[in-house]
Amino acid sequence: MFTGLMANTWIAASVVAVVAGMTGYFAVLRGQAFAAHAIPNGAFAGAAGASLLGVNVIAGLAVVAVASALGIGAMGSKARHDVATALTLVLMLGLGALFASLSAQYAQEAYSLLFGQVAGVSSGEVAPIAGLGLAAAVAIGVAFRPLMLTSALPEVAEARGVSTRRADLYFLLVMAVATSMTVPVVGALLMFSLMIGPAAAARCVTARPGFALALSVAIALAITWLSIALFYRTNWPLGFFVGTGAALFYLIGLGARRVGPGGVATIRSV
Amino acid sequence: MTTLSSKPPIPSEAKAALLELDSVSVRLGGREILGDVSFSIRPGEFAGIIGPNGAGKTTLLRVILGLVPAAGRVDRPPAIGYVPQKLEIDPDVPLRARDVVSLGLDGHRLGFTLPSRRRRAIVDAALTDVGAFQYANARVGELSGGEQQRVMIAHALIGRPGLLLLDEPLANLDLASEQEIVTLLAKLAREQDIAVLLSAHDMNSLVNVMDRIIYVANGKVATGSTDEVVTTEGLSRLYGHHVDVLHVHGRVVVVAG
Repeated sequence: MFTGLMANTWIAASVVAVVAGMTGYFAVLRGQAFAAHAIPNGAFAGAAGASLLGVNVIAGLAVVAVASALGIGAMGSKARHDVATALTLVLMLGLGALFASLSAQYAQEAYSLLFGQVAGVSSGEVAPIAGLGLAAAVAIGVAFRPLMLTSALPEVAEARGVSTRRADLYFLLVMAVATSMTVPVVGALLMFSLMIGPAAAARCVTARPGFALALSVAIALAITWLSIALFYRTNWPLGFFVGTGAALFYLIGLGARRVGPGGVATIRSV
Repeated sequence: MTTLSSKPPIPSEAKAALLELDSVSVRLGGREILGDVSFSIRPGEFAGIIGPNGAGKTTLLRVILGLVPAAGRVDRPPAIGYVPQKLEIDPDVPLRARDVVSLGLDGHRLGFTLPSRRRRAIVDAALTDVGAFQYANARVGELSGGEQQRVMIAHALIGRPGLLLLDEPLANLDLASEQEIVTLLAKLAREQDIAVLLSAHDMNSLVNVMDRIIYVANGKVATGSTDEVVTTEGLSRLYGHHVDVLHVHGRVVVVAG
């Protein structure tokens, strides 16, 4: 299961996991888990639309994912952020369903964009996926400190000339870039659980920000690799393994956090 | 009975002003929020912006920070340390007290920070200065209000600003922590020769330490030492109607309207 087409799958899925672990870390920290759910759905609509029009799928989903991010950002500044996100989410889901239904193989198309088609990554797709993944990782590394400051201390950030609104928009765009590479591989719904589960589990285990980020990436990789291996063995849907794995790791994290004052104190004094 | 008269006169009158507001006024949506505000603060001074809720204290702080456009002249120091009213951090956010303080050094600059011995020493010193070293490694969201306040003061001071600005630092604190924070701030002002300017709606825990009071009411400001400003005549003029300044068991009570 490591040769040819399979090798592409392992590489692409690993890149996806690293990027999901990183972006998810800030999505959870900034309270933007809901946006992390909506933007991949924008990518889903974009991909369905692109395949209907016969244009490049990755380009199509990148454009619509970015548009969703801008929409959430623009509407969120006037109305409530969660309302803007919810409306974007359903609008995109609806559009995606429409585009997919107009295409020849509706069910298969919609299913693979929502739940991924990890077994079918071609060698031509690996390079753009890796490129977009690198771009998303660099974008987070470059803005790590301001993202942290605006997440934790928005008022102080404002007083020091760092606009929280601009940081929000920047991060939404990074999520859009990240999801446009990940949706063709793991699908819109799995991307969501791969972003949120590992990051939420990691922060339960450690209080150190850098270590939590690394752990979030490591858990995302572990879930992805385990899921692909189990998928090959059992032929059960990949989505089942990724979704269950993300939830399981979060529960383990919660358990670790509750080990009592001793447990938490030991970890935080590392 | 009253502790007001025991207050020494404003010190260091000779030093150049660190912060100076001259005829500053703020209009928002056609309404005057602050009118003709003038005062100055010198290094080492402890000053309080006092006034009822809704009087314009937060607006005044935001003018000083440069976040609200105002008419008039504002001369502010190049670096201002700012402590907002409330930290809103969930208990499970992976940020230790020391990480919050470290963000005070360069959190506004692009890039990421790798741990180093030098940074650790600077952060440890800042935490020690405010008496927060023993919970340096605790999650900041799990700390009490008073502990968070200390961490935020360390965060604001680690960049060595000349002026420390605090928005209602005593709100949401129990009486004991309130007194501790006031003592700490007064000590920092003297020892580090910085100006401390804070807002509060109740002046009583501050009366003994304030060198200068900036009393805000009705969008107007009266400033001076506490016993110059907090008088029945002075505050009545400010409020535009009769108010009573009462001294009850060593506490000052302003009965307005």
